[in-house]
Amino acid sequence: TMARVLVGVKRVIDYAVKIRVKPDKSGVVTEGVKHSMNPFDEIAVEEAIRLKEKKFATEVIAVTCGPTQSQETLRTALAMGADRGIHVEIPADDYVKTGPLQISKIFAKLAEQEKANLIILGKQAIDGDNNQTAQMTAAVLDWAQGTFASELKLEGEKLTVVREVDGGLETIDLKMPAVVSADLRLNEPRYATLPNIMKAKKKKVAKLTAKDLGVDLASSIEILEVADPPQRLAGIKVENTEELVGKLKEAGLV
Amino acid sequence: MNLARSFTALNKLLNFVKITRTCVAQSHSQPALTAETYNVKRGNYSTTNASDLDTFRDIVGGNNVVTEASELQGNNVDWIKTVRGQSTVLLKPKTTAEVSKILKHCNERKLAVCPQGGNTGLVGGSVPVFDEVILSTQRMNEVISVDPFSGVTVCQAGCILEKANQDLLEHDLIVPLDLGAKGSCHLGGNISTNAGGLRLLRYGSLRGSVLGVEAVLADGTVLDCLSTLRKDNTGYDIKQLMIGSEGTLGFVTAVSILCPQKPKSVNVVFLGVDRFEDLLLLLRKARQDLGEILSAVEFVDSDCIGLVGKHLKLVNPIGDYDFYMLIETSGSNSQHDEEKLSSFVEDIITSQLAKDGTIATDFNKMQSIWKLRESVAEALTHDGYTFKYDVSLPAHVMYDMVHDTRKHLKGLYNSVVGYGHLGDGNLHLNVTCPEYNKTIASAIEPFVYEWTAKHNGSISAEHGLGFKKRNYIQYTKSKESINLMMKIKEMFDPNMILNPYKTLPDKL
Repeated sequence: TMARVLVGVKRVIDYAVKIRVKPDKSGVVTEGVKHSMNPFDEIAVEEAIRLKEKKFATEVIAVTCGPTQSQETLRTALAMGADRGIHVEIPADDYVKTGPLQISKIFAKLAEQEKANLIILGKQAIDGDNNQTAQMTAAVLDWAQGTFASELKLEGEKLTVVREVDGGLETIDLKMPAVVSADLRLNEPRYATLPNIMKAKKKKVAKLTAKDLGVDLASSIEILEVADPPQRLAGIKVENTEELVGKLKEAGLV
Repeated sequence: MNLARSFTALNKLLNFVKITRTCVAQSHSQPALTAETYNVKRGNYSTTNASDLDTFRDIVGGNNVVTEASELQGNNVDWIKTVRGQSTVLLKPKTTAEVSKILKHCNERKLAVCPQGGNTGLVGGSVPVFDEVILSTQRMNEVISVDPFSGVTVCQAGCILEKANQDLLEHDLIVPLDLGAKGSCHLGGNISTNAGGLRLLRYGSLRGSVLGVEAVLADGTVLDCLSTLRKDNTGYDIKQLMIGSEGTLGFVTAVSILCPQKPKSVNVVFLGVDRFEDLLLLLRKARQDLGEILSAVEFVDSDCIGLVGKHLKLVNPIGDYDFYMLIETSGSNSQHDEEKLSSFVEDIITSQLAKDGTIATDFNKMQSIWKLRESVAEALTHDGYTFKYDVSLPAHVMYDMVHDTRKHLKGLYNSVVGYGHLGDGNLHLNVTCPEYNKTIASAIEPFVYEWTAKHNGSISAEHGLGFKKRNYIQYTKSKESINLMMKIKEMFDPNMILNPYKTLPDKL
């Protein structure tokens, strides 16, 4: 039995960009800012493709949820080697209020529709930092879950996952179907080569809405305010130990 | 009998290991003294005495006069570990006034001075040859002013390029200059060498983007040409003499640079081809299809990729090809740029003008691809003693120089590599060998200079002449020009205390 893999990818602000809070504190500035695939999702896609290359999986389907621009991320996943893509289109206004709970329901419905038996997601998105979607998806589906995966091995119905936990590494055996969340050390994602980027243009991307899947996007969470962390106060450099002691005395610390 | 034989074999093996280890150790320890390796005589300068040190301490403070030999090791040796001076004094002034007092004193005492910024120069110009007093800009690192509307930025000469860029990010500006040494090089040094770098293709030379220079002359006179005006045609443009004169006409203390807007959209493409001619065809197509958004066009050969893989474990994202090209675009609208790139890429893949390639999809990947090009110099330092050449040549003969050098040096080298600023006609030709010796040196020079002169190229496109290339200046400049340069030097520095043994030959 080979796996049919669903991989979730999210379009986020590139991790190297300096984030700016909007003056009205409603969110961060996204207009004209460089976006790319969530780094952990890239790792998830890479792992799925490796499973296919090793003949443990038959098909890799990349899924993204969001407004029109989210499709760019699907193209990257397809260029890396995913077979086809699904774009669950959520208009920008609704997308702002969408979180792990709604996304997990979408993934669950798609997994059923596509008859997937393995879902690989990034452990968290670098914008929300929620680290909830994989866990919630497994719960909705009542599937096994292996989170913070740094190693994955598939043998028939058994999935062995090495997890990165606070105390070190934990190895667990899961019975398929399962949801896995990818951690940093799972693999080194490949570059999309130009011939593959060209091939990706011909791969199928289906468009759906949350309504098509019967998922209610209503959220019980409302963002009140987004603010910068308090400014770090500048330190001063002193020329020698005498000056250091002098300054400490001045500040009443010695 | 068998035991004796295996014992001898073991001994041979141990000796081999010992010799190999010693060779490796030698290549990483201190280079030989410049004075002992090269044919150079110490000029008629005084030697620093206790009274000089007291004067220096009065000017900059005791903490900023370094005389401890172990602390001066790094300042006496160049970055590529090929030359070593014998200075016993390093001074760290903080202000232009301090520099002025120091130079006035040195001029009166006829003490030779070696100006030093980040010490990343590649022609031995930033370190002493004998016992010159090292005058360092490391404490002169203030950004004096930034005008976010015009982009004009004024900073002290000791500002590190990368740090200046980070400071300017707040205003959405960038320094119009980028090079591999950005983490260490100082703007004063960049200006003094008229550094070229990776983005000259887009932002032009420092001769255009530097609006003003403040420098201290040999006798301590402060020359204030620190204008912030884009246009000023009043008399002779003296600051242009400071730019590129490698610290021999004045000590640059502050610069005013016109900084461009930080691009909103940056993309990097890495391509593989099998012939050098294909690189030139790609360059032309890139200019046609991406013209106004092109910000860098670089190339490396397969040996370079091999070296960065072997010594720095950098991974090649595409297959193995004979030549690789890096194209960077910078623009104000990511959608427009991606469209232009997309159709360019589609064309070159369909026509097979490029055999393979990749587009960086995020900053991480962009940096990784840039690293492949920017780390070549570092990788070479692990490959043996490096002879570095930086020449301007007509595009179509550029790589012929690499081929001819390989033929000419057959059996003597570890690697002969070619890489560089394809878009500017600037080749970096590097030769590595197990260790420096006169046989290899005399085989390489003046061969490379003659080759360059034969094609009317420049023997130093951007690195400058420094110590290593000053005696070859006539391969590119006429006798009349050089004579005039010498007259100018005499006028600016009659006692010849500023960076002696550099840039100009002692005599024609």
